[in-house]
Amino acid sequence: MLKTYNYPKFEYRTPPEISSGKTLKVPVVVVGAGPVGLGAALDLQLHDIPVLVLDEDDTVSIGSRGVCYAKRALEILDRYGVGEAVCNKGVSWNVGRTFFRDQEVYNFNLVPEPDHHRPGMVNLQQYYLEEYMAARAASRPNLELRWKNKVVSVTQSGKTVTLKVETEDGFYSVEADWLIAADGARSPIRRMLGLEVEGKIFMDRFLIADVVMKADFPAERWFWFDPPFHPGQSVLLHKQADSVFRIDFQLGWDADPEEEKKPENVLPRIKAMLGDQREFELEWVSVYTFQCRRMGSFNHGRVLFVGDAAHQVSPFGARGANSGLQDADNLGWKLKLVIDGKAPEKLLDSYSEERVFAADENLMNSTRSTDFITPKSKVSRTFRNAVLGLAKNYPFGRALVNSGRLSVPAFLTASSLNTPDEAPTAFAGRMLPGAPMDDAPVLDNGDEGWLLDKVGNQFFALYFADDPNALDAATVDALSNLSFGSIAVQALVISSKPGVVNGGIPNLEDPRGIAAQRYDAKHGTVYLLRPDQHVAARWRTLDAQKVKAAVAKATCNA
Amino acid sequence: MALNLNPNFSEAGKRYFSAYSPGDDFYEMLINTHRDLSDEQSELLNARLILLLANHIGDIGTLREALSAAREGV
Repeated sequence: MLKTYNYPKFEYRTPPEISSGKTLKVPVVVVGAGPVGLGAALDLQLHDIPVLVLDEDDTVSIGSRGVCYAKRALEILDRYGVGEAVCNKGVSWNVGRTFFRDQEVYNFNLVPEPDHHRPGMVNLQQYYLEEYMAARAASRPNLELRWKNKVVSVTQSGKTVTLKVETEDGFYSVEADWLIAADGARSPIRRMLGLEVEGKIFMDRFLIADVVMKADFPAERWFWFDPPFHPGQSVLLHKQADSVFRIDFQLGWDADPEEEKKPENVLPRIKAMLGDQREFELEWVSVYTFQCRRMGSFNHGRVLFVGDAAHQVSPFGARGANSGLQDADNLGWKLKLVIDGKAPEKLLDSYSEERVFAADENLMNSTRSTDFITPKSKVSRTFRNAVLGLAKNYPFGRALVNSGRLSVPAFLTASSLNTPDEAPTAFAGRMLPGAPMDDAPVLDNGDEGWLLDKVGNQFFALYFADDPNALDAATVDALSNLSFGSIAVQALVISSKPGVVNGGIPNLEDPRGIAAQRYDAKHGTVYLLRPDQHVAARWRTLDAQKVKAAVAKATCNA
Repeated sequence: MALNLNPNFSEAGKRYFSAYSPGDDFYEMLINTHRDLSDEQSELLNARLILLLANHIGDIGTLREALSAAREGV
């Protein structure tokens, strides 16, 4: 049992439908209260959609599981109101060391790029993330969490999804307009609907151990290829909160999980790795397996799959929970527009289109890492070892060492929701249509803040101006009338100078010009930003009709 | 021409959002080219590949440096 963490026990309450015998009707039900299900619920809650969350358990993830939360996930968690808690508790690391056999091959220092609110990643045990998200969800209106409520059947008919739910007090039924399945890699919902998850199956086993160090140990990431204490396999050591270190031993598919988990087998491995002089305590140990695969489509009628239920990757690169949170980020606003009748249901096909694209990128990157770490043939192993040998002396070799490529958000540049640039050379930089927004420091009425905290949850038009005090009446009028029918577009003026924009349009100051630089902006440049903080379109001059047309395109109303 | 030992992969017309992507693209192609070959066949493929690339580089001085760097760590 863990000594550094007390598991919360979420209260089960008898659902009133059990005694009333009535069917509960809700617009959206989320099945699964892991990070992705809670993320989806918090996203919809921000859009004032009432949500019911069902989970068969009554606590958070057992053991550390997901460890590394990357920048984009932290930015999404900021939108959900838990980013600060995660960053405060999480551990930042910059130094990584790579070992091959008994030698350190090289080390690197990931100095974070300045002028972003969030770092490239923080390490935190998954149970903390879930605890913070569950607490946030419990405090929000229109969001009901039901623990120890297990879905035992699901059927779809027309515009209704019907669920049968089992509790310790009996069964009841739920009718929902929409079901978000966030019930994990083995997704019972997916199975009950008879849906397949296809793809390349890669199988390996890992022994994961949470270890409490008794003395100081550096906050660094250590990765071993073929170490003497675990020949032929890989080992990863990562720091988490509370002086808990996570160690992942690759075991191979033929290992016996029950045998490997025994302390008499685990402890010698860790001792051999840390050296005899380190005192530590074993807190938790588990063996896990994974596969690389995804569903063909993430939406099936009124059932929407998110996170591991939709796609699974190898653990290298932390692309599980991170990509699942991006699913929630992508889905929330689209479902809101569909529920409100402001966009056709076809918009949800774009959820699948965009997130399938992202899942394929994640599968590609994590499979490449897996193939580098676990070569499948003699020649592949020879190349891998040659890269590690060259990495000691040559920068090109270091760039080829692949011990996991940290999760970064997909650039949805091929999305059907984008309005392409009018001229391919109109803009430099990487904020092209489909890009996840880069952050930048801004002043809001003189208060220091961050660009990403000023946008999101609805469409924004970011208008770059030389002088906010000098906007002409026609521009102010255009900026005040960008909404497409009932889909609101909030204009936001950004300028290197302080000032006030006529017409009450909010404005931000970009005192060092960092936003202008990252967005390659000049006076008059306009960016249309989606509710999930992705670029939908951009122009060098403001034309309200073009903005409206781009909103129509981004919402499948064109 | 001095031997370039810095990361140097790219593909014309392709846009990269991560520095590691072009190198990983190449590495995957390299390993895939060997798929389903016996060890002997792989050895032959590697020899052919080296000869093709060496001829493409052409400059004997550069090749001498590469040969020496390759030999050093073996």
